[in-house]
Amino acid sequence: MNQTAITAAVRRPMPGLGVYNVKLGMWVFLLSEVMFFTSLIGAYIILRFAHPDEFAAPGVVLNVPLTAVNTFILICSSVTMVKAYAAIERNEQAGLKLWLTATILLGSTFVGVQVYEYIHLIQEGFVATAVAYAAEGGPLYGSTFYLMTGFHGLHVTLGVLALLWILTRAVKGVYSSQNLGGVEAVGLYWHFVDLVWIVLFTIVYLI
Amino acid sequence: MSTPTAREKTDWDIPHYAGDHHEELSFIRKYVFSTDHKVIAVQFLVMSLVFLALGGFLALLMRWQLGFPGQPLPGGTLLPETMAPGGIILPEFYNSLVTMHGTFMIFFAIMPLLVGVFGNLLIPLQIGAPDMAFPKLNMASFWMAVPAGLIMLASFWVEGGAAGAGWTAYAPLSASGDFTGVYLGQQLWLLSLFILGFSSIAGAVNYITTVINMRAPGLTWFRLPLTVWALFITAVLVLLAMPILAGALIMLLTDQTIGTTFFLPEHGGEPLLWQHLFWFFGHPEVYILILPAFGIVSELLSNGARKAIFGYHAMVLAIAAIAFLGWIVWGHHMFMSGMNPMLGTTFMVTTLAIAVPSAIKVFNWLGTLWKGNIHFHVPFLHAAAFVALFIIGGLSGIFMASAPVDIHIHDTYFIVAHLHYVLFGGSLFAIFGGIIYWFPKMFGRMMNPFWGHVHFVGTFVFYNLVFFPMHGLGLEGMMRRLYDPTQYAWLADLQPWNVFITWAVFGLLAVQVVFFVNFVASIWTGRKAEANPWQANSLEWSVPSPPPHGNFEAMPIVYRGAYEYSPPDRKEDFILQNEPPRDPVGDRVEPEPQPTGGLEGSE
Amino acid sequence: MNWLLEPSVSTFGPDIDRLYYIILVITGIVFVLTEGLLIYFLVRYRKRPDRRAEYIHGSTRAEVLWTLGPLVIVLMLGFMSKPVWDRAKDPAHFPEDALELTVSARQFEWESYYPGAGGDPDAQDAFSILNRVHVPVGEPVILHLEAEDVIHSFFVPRFRVKQDAIPGRTIPVWFEITEPGEYELGCAELCGIGHYLMDGVVVVQSRAEFDAWRAEQHAAALGGTGAAQLAGSGDLDGAPADGPVAEGGL
Ligand code: HEM
Ligand SMILES: [Cu+2]
Ligand SMILES: [Cu+2]
Repeated sequence: MNQTAITAAVRRPMPGLGVYNVKLGMWVFLLSEVMFFTSLIGAYIILRFAHPDEFAAPGVVLNVPLTAVNTFILICSSVTMVKAYAAIERNEQAGLKLWLTATILLGSTFVGVQVYEYIHLIQEGFVATAVAYAAEGGPLYGSTFYLMTGFHGLHVTLGVLALLWILTRAVKGVYSSQNLGGVEAVGLYWHFVDLVWIVLFTIVYLI
Repeated sequence: MSTPTAREKTDWDIPHYAGDHHEELSFIRKYVFSTDHKVIAVQFLVMSLVFLALGGFLALLMRWQLGFPGQPLPGGTLLPETMAPGGIILPEFYNSLVTMHGTFMIFFAIMPLLVGVFGNLLIPLQIGAPDMAFPKLNMASFWMAVPAGLIMLASFWVEGGAAGAGWTAYAPLSASGDFTGVYLGQQLWLLSLFILGFSSIAGAVNYITTVINMRAPGLTWFRLPLTVWALFITAVLVLLAMPILAGALIMLLTDQTIGTTFFLPEHGGEPLLWQHLFWFFGHPEVYILILPAFGIVSELLSNGARKAIFGYHAMVLAIAAIAFLGWIVWGHHMFMSGMNPMLGTTFMVTTLAIAVPSAIKVFNWLGTLWKGNIHFHVPFLHAAAFVALFIIGGLSGIFMASAPVDIHIHDTYFIVAHLHYVLFGGSLFAIFGGIIYWFPKMFGRMMNPFWGHVHFVGTFVFYNLVFFPMHGLGLEGMMRRLYDPTQYAWLADLQPWNVFITWAVFGLLAVQVVFFVNFVASIWTGRKAEANPWQANSLEWSVPSPPPHGNFEAMPIVYRGAYEYSPPDRKEDFILQNEPPRDPVGDRVEPEPQPTGGLEGSE
Repeated sequence: MNWLLEPSVSTFGPDIDRLYYIILVITGIVFVLTEGLLIYFLVRYRKRPDRRAEYIHGSTRAEVLWTLGPLVIVLMLGFMSKPVWDRAKDPAHFPEDALELTVSARQFEWESYYPGAGGDPDAQDAFSILNRVHVPVGEPVILHLEAEDVIHSFFVPRFRVKQDAIPGRTIPVWFEITEPGEYELGCAELCGIGHYLMDGVVVVQSRAEFDAWRAEQHAAALGGTGAAQLAGSGDLDGAPADGPVAEGGL
């Protein structure tokens, strides 16, 4: 192949989806995450159907109003994340940093409230294990509750850490309207985690 | 080089083609913490061959006990007292052997060999990419697999020994150490697989992104080599199945350690929940263990026969159908679990249905040989053996798929025979063939063909001597995972067979030494390989052996499919995918490569 | 290597065996055809200096044929399997007036619980035996299978019966045996260190013998003496002791 052909070749776009790798990779990874939460939620649904008496009615053990507020906080954090992305699309560095900070604060608040809730529940004897279980329902209730909300909380925590990392890079001025793959990928992840929580809140707290 | 538009808007590492400037890397960056997909492939190869050898050794110990129950193993006194006092294998150690043999072979040998080695080596090379989409993630994937394997290995020496609840780890046996005496060992087993799950998912994300986004211009979906198709669909299965396993592992781990009750029935837990989760992962997993082999075999058969793969589209569709149906057959592992018989019938029908795409593949392989001009090179021999043995494994699957017949053979040696016909006769033969075929792309040299033949013939013969009689043992009712079959009167009569199989295993393992020696020796002393020693078509053969960092001088352009062997208008019986059409009059005119993605690409 | 099954002795056994032989014949034919074709092609189309492989990419007709062919065969097998499966495993198809008893599995033994003569499982004369199940010949029997610790699997090869015993559940198993005799029982699911020691016997007796045996056991249970209490439990360092134990004797 001669030099012109080579140059022609590299100019030609690859036959891909037209989505850059980081974004595509994040979408693909989120599919995996969907399956992970499917296994946890699926187990919960199966166990709850098989042994309804092991579970308490909504609101008996869990603090629904508090968690509702917490859910609202997490939804707000998705909004601020959208704002952050919109800012960098318009190349607004200050806006990016501001909204990223807001998202991080809201996310941390969510985790904080969850920890606070855990502490209270544990004091009331709502634990994950058979040995010390003292609340309404049975240990299966505690097991599934902490499994699902715990792994979700872990995801939020990791999301906050990822956002912190993005923020430090934003402070260094790495991102621009031509280079925002990192912001978008972490944003996708954040929205996903938010979405999972809405499902969890519905099936664990409301139904 | 200018950045293609598809990769704009990102500040992450972008792999470069070989023609670009490359910094000299330190030894560590080049061979240990390398981000070059070819180096990572070799790293996976070394790791999984070590675990393959280990798994074989564990099998030998098991077979000794089955052939000669209660007799001291020659040299067995070297084993710790807690495993084999006086060289006599203890029942608890036997259970660990069964468990760890299966675990190492499935998760640390076959799976990394197929996915880790061939996925890494072939995907970028065969799609004309300089590397994976995320080279650092790729490196991380390997360096997560290593500690996972080491943790698994270390569990042999912890108090209570290694996990002993089978590779399927059925709860509640696995959910509490009180049932087995194995506490830490089982927990390490769970932890190790959990880490391996991360490794696999990282790999899958990489493969999928790479195949979708980084194919060279002109390389439309239906021009891809079947290896890439198979590895791509396998990656989808890994991506979706491993997280299910991860969820199940966590639940089992917390049952074991902190006292949750997911699988423990005293507190409302459901033992069968484990089985459902495990097999919902596990059946796709067994296809993870065979689909890449399908791809490899298609490649080798077509190359050996110098003929296009018969029914390329049907082959792709069959792989896709298997991958899809693979999600709705898991219940066939649980026919005897007391599930609703209606449900059993459903799983029976789906399972029978999945035999159809398997049959399609076999027929198309036969069609590929038909009217070919077959060169019996060593990789081809392995592929032909694969077809011969996979037929047996597929046909034995039909027996088990019929739920009433499965009543008799479930959990017997018939199952052991089946799974070894598909996994050893199938996957491992494809792996051997693939290693020999692509050895030049890894090491720049050829493996010795004489010793290749010796190893092939020996393996084929001893393999069948070992595993074929197991069908019979199963039909007579010999249960699997049995420490001492002579305890049962009806099995004591079968003991001569067990002795026979054990001796055959000695032969089988001895022959493997030939392969290992040939492999290691050829790295340094093998004949230097030219770029295209097998006269094949796909892109990896258009670059030197081994390809440089970055693989291609510049982005290749693809003009045709991967199986254009023996075209009527050429003297040579092959044509590289990226060879430009020479003379628009004499050559068949190929359409200009279209820069499109999606499935609408033309053949 | 024997592809023939040992004759089954249960009523549904021959159905299962017939299905097995049908599959054996079908797969046998497919095996011979495909492997034969493979070998033929390998020989016929081996490399020749004057030959060139033909430039063929496939044939839609062939694809359709060899998709539909196997599909018809497997669907047929599915249709033939369903009634056999239902007969063997579906509680809705279980016979009405069966002798019912409970068999419980634990590491590493089986215990069969017989109700009192009046049918009351808690009666004074109820009894249990270890690693043996006595049943009458020519009559339907339903075992209620339980597990006390981990999963075991009740496997009597000659009956073509296999059923996992799952802790926390009671799973009914039925069979009707046509020939008296002693048939070996095994555990088919890995259940721990003594998995290989879970052998037992199913004793199939004529109704008269069975009644006599049962009456003897009832009497022993009431008397609380005799053979019933002497039997130990199966343990790891010896073969499991077989024989009757009085209820609560463990
Ligand atoms: C024609 C296609 C196939 C059919 C109909 C089929 C059917 C089955 C069935 C019904 C079982 C469960 C048997 C039992 O436990 O009673 C089984 C077990 C198994 N199959 Fe297949 N199979 C097929 C192909 C494969 C392939 C391609 C692989 C893997 C490469 C595979 C690997 C296994 C393994 C590993 C087990 C045993 C799992 C265990 O219990 O440890 N099978 N198969
Ligand atoms: Cu399966
Ligand atoms: Cu058992």
